[in-house]
Amino acid sequence: MVDLPRRSLLAGMAALSASACAKINQSESAKTLFDAAEDGHRTLHRALAGKQGLAPEYTRAERSPTFRGNGSVTVEDPFYKAQLAGGFPDWRLEVRGLVEKPLALTLDEVKALPQRTQITRHDCVEGWSAIGEWQGPQLAALLDAAKVKESAKFIVFRCADVLYGRDYYESIDMVDAYHPQTIIAHSLNGEPLPEKNGAPLRMRIERQLGYKQAKYVKAIEAVASFADIGDGKGGFWEDTAGYQWYAGI
Amino acid sequence: MKTRKQHALSTRLWHWVNAVSIIVLFMTGLNISNAHRYLYWGDYGFDPRDAWLSVIKFPAWSTIPQYYNLAIARDWHITMAWPFGLGLAFIWIAMLVNGHFRRDLTTTPRDWTPSAVIASLKAHGPGAAAHGYNPVQKILYGMVFGVLMPLMLFTGLAISPGFQAVAPWLLEVLGGRQSARSLHFIAAWAIFGFFVIHLLLALADWRLILGMITGGKRVESETEAPQPAPATEPVLEGEPSHG
Repeated sequence: MVDLPRRSLLAGMAALSASACAKINQSESAKTLFDAAEDGHRTLHRALAGKQGLAPEYTRAERSPTFRGNGSVTVEDPFYKAQLAGGFPDWRLEVRGLVEKPLALTLDEVKALPQRTQITRHDCVEGWSAIGEWQGPQLAALLDAAKVKESAKFIVFRCADVLYGRDYYESIDMVDAYHPQTIIAHSLNGEPLPEKNGAPLRMRIERQLGYKQAKYVKAIEAVASFADIGDGKGGFWEDTAGYQWYAGI
Repeated sequence: MKTRKQHALSTRLWHWVNAVSIIVLFMTGLNISNAHRYLYWGDYGFDPRDAWLSVIKFPAWSTIPQYYNLAIARDWHITMAWPFGLGLAFIWIAMLVNGHFRRDLTTTPRDWTPSAVIASLKAHGPGAAAHGYNPVQKILYGMVFGVLMPLMLFTGLAISPGFQAVAPWLLEVLGGRQSARSLHFIAAWAIFGFFVIHLLLALADWRLILGMITGGKRVESETEAPQPAPATEPVLEGEPSHG
């Protein structure tokens, strides 16, 4: 049986909810709800996998034939360009902030640290995946060498690339900072990192999405809070596009 | 004879929470799909030339929000995943405990025969409330509860990079992350297909919708047979329960 009033009621409800949604998206209570959902996922992941639970690693045969570059694929800075051409002889990786012993390492010094090699999958927030073999020291080794203070709650990565006029940066908490698969990679598939993939150094944080994997890393900074960095949301994409800070989903 | 609600309170609560969750998940999912409109099989995939399917760009009216915004779509998607996932666990427990599953959704080999299916379709769904669901309804609801919704949940978990450390075996079972993503997409459209049929049949008789709110009434004998009555002989009195 046809029941027109009911159908127009349904259509009206649909239209109402569509415009209501637009308002809800920007509201404080929606923000609170989204944050709770995000925190819930992070808590669930860590409760079930453990803080040190590993992301799957693959064999060489399972690697993708190439590794896509995305986001910044080049750096315009003249110093960077000169360094890239010459093999980064004067590039320094700083470890600073809430540390007792700030460091400034050359690329050779980074390569001389104990290394971890891992073949892992990179998942972009957009949906695609690539698999590559990364090599570099664990972030934990650098943080221990610099003697991170107790007051440090987050690790911020400062990058050489500029997107939409803003310096790229990212941040993670101490759980991911001390995760065994969190490394500062200097090579991809046995070769020095290509520019599009973040030469000379990029982060691998294997249980999170691609935008957390900061490229062109200049400095690793231990902080108590990232509220005063950028727009205070903990990363370039978090600030500019509203992406979730916990990118494990 | 005793009277009993046609739909248990647990079923009704879950139904409406799940309806909202699924609508939001589907429409935000279309927005997310627009971010990279190519589907692959296996672990990796980023080159459209390797895609098994190039998905259309879903128009703004079909997405939440009503313009392309990956961040807001993902916020809604991962938020509504909670009521969907927890709700699915809840309704399964409720259905097993209150007998809804055994009474209304379990099928016998006879329900899968062509004649049973044809009889269900000829009877246009009814099969009268007092005699439970007809074979087609049982099979469709069983597929949605037993296959499609769990598949949505598990493929969704599998494509989360944080969850892969929880259950690496899940990715292996599903054939890799890009396969899981493809299956997530396929299952979403299968559920959409069910949703359309479900909605059309429900709109054909508004008492069904009312029944899902108030619980409705149905009369049943005190000595209810353990086997649901065959629906090949639809009883036409009482409230129809299709949709």
